[in-house]
Amino acid sequence: MISGRYQSWSLQRGPRLLCFAAMMGLFGVCGPSSAEPADSTKILVKDFMFSPTPLTIKAGSTVTWTNMDDEPHTAVSDTGLFKSGGMDTNDSFSFKFDKPGTYHYTCTIHPRMTGTVIVQ
Amino acid sequence: MSDESLLSRRKALKCMAFGGAGTLFALSGGVLAPLDLAMAADTKSAAKLGKPLFVQISDTHIGFNKDANPDVNATLTQTIDIVNGMVEQPALIIHTGDITHLSKPAEFDLAQQLFSRLRTTEMHTVPGEHDTTDATVTEYFNRFGKASDNKGYYSFDHAGVHFIALINVLQFKPGGLGTLGADQLAWVAADLKGQSSSTPIVVFAHMPLWTIYEPWGWGTGDADQLMSQLRRFGSVTVLNGHIHQIVQKVEGNMTFHTARATSYPQPAAGVGSGPGPLKVPSDQLASMLGITSVSVVKHPRSIALTDTALA
Repeated sequence: MISGRYQSWSLQRGPRLLCFAAMMGLFGVCGPSSAEPADSTKILVKDFMFSPTPLTIKAGSTVTWTNMDDEPHTAVSDTGLFKSGGMDTNDSFSFKFDKPGTYHYTCTIHPRMTGTVIVQ
Repeated sequence: MSDESLLSRRKALKCMAFGGAGTLFALSGGVLAPLDLAMAADTKSAAKLGKPLFVQISDTHIGFNKDANPDVNATLTQTIDIVNGMVEQPALIIHTGDITHLSKPAEFDLAQQLFSRLRTTEMHTVPGEHDTTDATVTEYFNRFGKASDNKGYYSFDHAGVHFIALINVLQFKPGGLGTLGADQLAWVAADLKGQSSSTPIVVFAHMPLWTIYEPWGWGTGDADQLMSQLRRFGSVTVLNGHIHQIVQKVEGNMTFHTARATSYPQPAAGVGSGPGPLKVPSDQLASMLGITSVSVVKHPRSIALTDTALA
C-alpha cells in the first residue's frame, strides 16, 4: 500500500532506503533536496575552474554545478553519463550519483577545464 | 607562375599579431604586406584589390547580454550594414562559428532573422563550440547541417577558388585542443586529390588551425595532418574565429588569419584567468569588433585580406 510505504520511508530515512526509493521511481517525492540537505553538494564554476575538485561524496548524493563566470561553461561526463548543456552566468546543473566510482568530466567549451567526482 | 616556383617560395616563418583597427593585408608572393587603410578607402587603390570574393563574419554570439556588450544584436546589425554598404557586394559570406552563445533555438532563430538582411544571400557556416552545447547537438545541424549532410565538413568551388569548411569543436579531448578527427582528415585527403596545386585554397573552421595558445585551447591538436595535405598548393588561406581578435601568421604559401568577433573582444593570450568576455570602455568597443573581407587579385595572383572594424 502506497501510504504505508511513505510512512516507513519517513521513519527509516537513510541512504540505502533513499537509493531504493529512487529505483522505485519515488525520487521526485522524497528526493534529497528536501529531506537530506547534507547530501546536496555544490561545485562552483569560477575563473575557468571547477572547485572543489576532486569532490568526494556518498553514493546517492546530488551534485550541483553553478557557473559564476560571465562566460558559459558545461560539465560533461567523459563517459557520457551526464551532460549539462551550456550554463550561462548563475545557471546550475544537478546530477545524482547512484553508484560508487570515479567520474571525470570536462567543460566542452573550454576543454582545459576538467574535474573529478569520487563517489564512495 | 608555375606550381614549382610557387612551391619554391621561401619557407620563412613569419608570425605577427595585429590588434589595431582597420588594418588591410595584401598577400603577394607568399609574403604578407600590411597596407594603410587610407589606401583601401581610395577607390582607385581599392579597385586594384578586385571585387571582394567573400566576407568573413565570426563569433556573433547571439544571446550574449553581459557587460562586455549588452547588445550583440545591434553590433551584428551594424556589421551587416557595413557589408551591405560595400560598393561591390561580396559573392558570398562565410560565418566561422559561435553564431549563438548558448545553442538555444531562439538564439539561432534570431541570428537567422538578422542574417536575412544581408544583401549577399549565400552564406556558408561552420559551428563553434557555443553552437553545439545543446544536449543532442541538433539545433545547429537542423538549421545549417544540409551543406555537409550533418557531418559539419564540406567543400565547394567559387570563382576558381576551392573552399573547405571544417569542424573542430566536437571531439574535444579533456585538457586538450580542438580535434578534426581521422574521418574528417581522410575526407579532406579525398577532396583535395583531384585539385590542381595552382588552385587557390581557402580553409575555414571555428577554432584556430594552428596553435596560438595551448593553455586556453586556442588550437587544433591534429591540424598538422591537415597542413601536410595543403602544403603542395601555391596559395592557401586558413581562416578562423574563436579568439575574438586578429592574429595572423604566414608560413610558406599559407596565410593563417583569425577574425574579430562582432560580439565582444577577448583578452590577449594568457592575460587574465581565461578566454572570457573582455570589458572595454564603451567608446572603444566598436574598434575591437569587425569583419574580414577577402579578395582574389588576378595579376599577380594572390589573395588579399582586409579587416574592417565597426568604428
